[in-house]
Amino acid sequence: MDPNLVLLLNGIVSGLLLGGLYAAAAVGLSISFGMLDIVNIAHPAFMVLSALLVALLWSTTGLDPLLLSLLLAPVFWLLGAGLYSVYHHFFERRGDEAIQGLAFFFGVMFIIEVGLVLTLGPEQHFADAAYAATTWRLGEIDLPLRMLVPAATAMAAIGILALFLRRSFTGRAIAAVAQDREALRLLAINPTHIKRLAFGISIAFAALAGGALAVVQPMDAWSGHIFIGRVFAIVIMGGLSSLGGCVVAALAFGVVENVTATFFGPSWSPAVAFGCLLVVLAFRPQGLFGRMA
Amino acid sequence: MNEIILRAENVGKRFGGFTALSGIELEVRAGERLGLIGPNGSGKSTFTNCLAGAFTSHDGAFTFKGQPLAGLTSHQRARRGLARTFQLPRPFRGLTVIENIRVPLAYGGRQPATDDAAMACLEAVELAGKATRLPKELTQVELRRLELARATALQPALLIADEAMAGLSHTEVDQILALLFRLNASGTTVIMIEHVMRAVTEFSQRLAVLVAGRKVADGAPADVLAMPEVEEAYLGR
Amino acid sequence: MSETAMTALPAPAPPRRMGHASFWLATAAAAALIILALRGIGSEYAYFAATFVLQYVVLATAWNILGGYAGYVNFGAAAFFAAGAYTTVAAGKALGFGLLPCVGLAAIVGGILGFGTGLLTLRLRGAYFAIATLCLSVVLQTAVTNWSYVGGSRGAYVIRPRDVPFGFDSYGGYLCALAVVLAAVAVALARTIETSRLGLGLAALRDDEMAAEAAGVPTLRLKLIATSISGAMMAVAGAPLPYLGSYVEPNSAFGLAYAVNAIAMPLIGGTASWAGPLIGAVLLASLQQAATVTISSAANLMIVGVVLVVFVCVAPHGIIGLFRKRI
Repeated sequence: MDPNLVLLLNGIVSGLLLGGLYAAAAVGLSISFGMLDIVNIAHPAFMVLSALLVALLWSTTGLDPLLLSLLLAPVFWLLGAGLYSVYHHFFERRGDEAIQGLAFFFGVMFIIEVGLVLTLGPEQHFADAAYAATTWRLGEIDLPLRMLVPAATAMAAIGILALFLRRSFTGRAIAAVAQDREALRLLAINPTHIKRLAFGISIAFAALAGGALAVVQPMDAWSGHIFIGRVFAIVIMGGLSSLGGCVVAALAFGVVENVTATFFGPSWSPAVAFGCLLVVLAFRPQGLFGRMA
Repeated sequence: MNEIILRAENVGKRFGGFTALSGIELEVRAGERLGLIGPNGSGKSTFTNCLAGAFTSHDGAFTFKGQPLAGLTSHQRARRGLARTFQLPRPFRGLTVIENIRVPLAYGGRQPATDDAAMACLEAVELAGKATRLPKELTQVELRRLELARATALQPALLIADEAMAGLSHTEVDQILALLFRLNASGTTVIMIEHVMRAVTEFSQRLAVLVAGRKVADGAPADVLAMPEVEEAYLGR
Repeated sequence: MSETAMTALPAPAPPRRMGHASFWLATAAAAALIILALRGIGSEYAYFAATFVLQYVVLATAWNILGGYAGYVNFGAAAFFAAGAYTTVAAGKALGFGLLPCVGLAAIVGGILGFGTGLLTLRLRGAYFAIATLCLSVVLQTAVTNWSYVGGSRGAYVIRPRDVPFGFDSYGGYLCALAVVLAAVAVALARTIETSRLGLGLAALRDDEMAAEAAGVPTLRLKLIATSISGAMMAVAGAPLPYLGSYVEPNSAFGLAYAVNAIAMPLIGGTASWAGPLIGAVLLASLQQAATVTISSAANLMIVGVVLVVFVCVAPHGIIGLFRKRI
């Protein structure tokens, strides 16, 4: 086969795998930013927090990193629920959400990152899974398990979340809170409780995404920055509150980024990706898959 | 008879697959008091938003003072003398009452933005005593008056008063009505969009009725209200 | 009735405001006093610390013109700041410009960048604008990192000229005096905007864009003016940076410290008035400068984060808001 074509195919496949990880990161944000209308700039910082904790726990216990992130998820759920309570108390209730709320999450992000630097140091951390060195080959195409397993786990988690949102009473209440707060009151459901629960789930997803990232690449305390733009880009392109749109946008994003890196060098890939977002924001703010307002 | 100040030709607006407004033809003469009524969701506010330029696109065309409005932004229309109030008062919450008035004075381009001019606008709506208060310290009826004062500070040729009296008491409705009558007497054309039927019938020289995005009636108030289709739309039969 | 209401309830006359000219004169006098006082101390460290604080006064004041007056949060302050720093590097290398012309050039570059950002993103509301500015920051950093002419990721050295201009006792003293002047101009400019027609229009659109349009305010044009002025001033704040440390590299010039400080300082001081960012910048930058000396540089960033979060929760209108009952 033409070597360039092989390069392109491999770029697309590993881009899809990368996109699977992005999807895990973006789905959490899609809940908070898309459904609850909370601009949680600190979401990637929570991912990094989880990634570094997973790396730390892995080096002491030797357990599988993805399993560790699953164990961390409930802790992060509590963290998220607590954070929402603070946000609700000081901003949402007061109706002072715009500038102060944004600055609040910006500050939280900063505290997490600097806290990590102060406790764990500025160097990179990673977690090696047992399968990390194995690569499956399909003809000319490489499928490294280091990418495939985290991506598949992420997709499975997203599938379960989608089922939960569609089928369970609580899940549908979360979807409804995005539409109409008053309707929930009529059903005697406290929207604040529902939002706290949902925000917890969003942060729990950050824990899963962080664990997956720790397997794929070494992370340091500031790694979150490069993800802020990415995950917001994906959520916006996906049309904010649609999980399906989010996954498709994440996969597309991964492919574009990876192919750019393959052909032009890795230092250009973020610029291309963010360029895409700027164009989307400028010309189609409701997202590629969103409906007209 | 006075010249026509506003003409709407075949105005329509769709949101996705939903037709909010369609084929609206309307003429308003200078100095007229027109009442625009219709049940909730009949397209009154959509019509206002199209006319004021809040929606960037719609079908059909408006002609105001002989000039087409197409392509003009909201603030350009405001400067040409087309003022509106909002259904729910939307004061500038961070600014004092008098500063709220200074905004249209400074940007409307018809009067100097002096304290005297602003106080005069406030006196006209009997808010002069609250000039240095913030909007959150005002009552509902005072907020409605502020909303009207902000619109009239533009010295508009045409004012669209969008439900300026909803939820007010009997005497408060009378106060706002008196204000609008005074404004009209000084030469401003007024389109009143209203659910408070007593106010509309007392105020309007002519009534236009919207139902489900279409104009179903247009004429003298007594005739229009007697029409069976209007009664049907209002009583839901 | 209104007549009696007027006499019974005399509307308290708004406090007499200082005119624009007198305020500029007062600022100039204050700047001259500060320069003389620093000259009196005459230590290189005092010059450095004062320059550090003053660059933040410019940056915070600049951010507040868009963020505070118009209500649009710019997370990309670091990008504008770095654009100024790299203008100095590039213009110095390509054209042999000294610092002063570079400051002017930085204003132009920052203004164009701000205008472009505005054009691309100001139709977006609130959070979207904030995210777009964050993306702009990453795009610009990527571009600079890949631009080998200004040193790429390795950074660039800038050598201070041997002879000190205008009879200052050292180059550090000259940089510090320049920073005083830039801060004074920034503050006076912000105050002029705040009390002018432009400031009134921005305040109106901050509260409600649709209502502002209905009152005749050309919101898009005002926002473009605000992004351009704010961008130009942020770039000016960054222009002296290469001379201050003799070395710039993308990671520090685009550092999040600038972005978070640019937001934290006005919010802590109070965003509604020119005094807010000034107070916030002086307090927070002095605190950081003291912490850098006594503790560590990571710890002082922690201080900024914690102070920011505590303030937005407990005192949403900043220090000024605590003293002013009206707000």
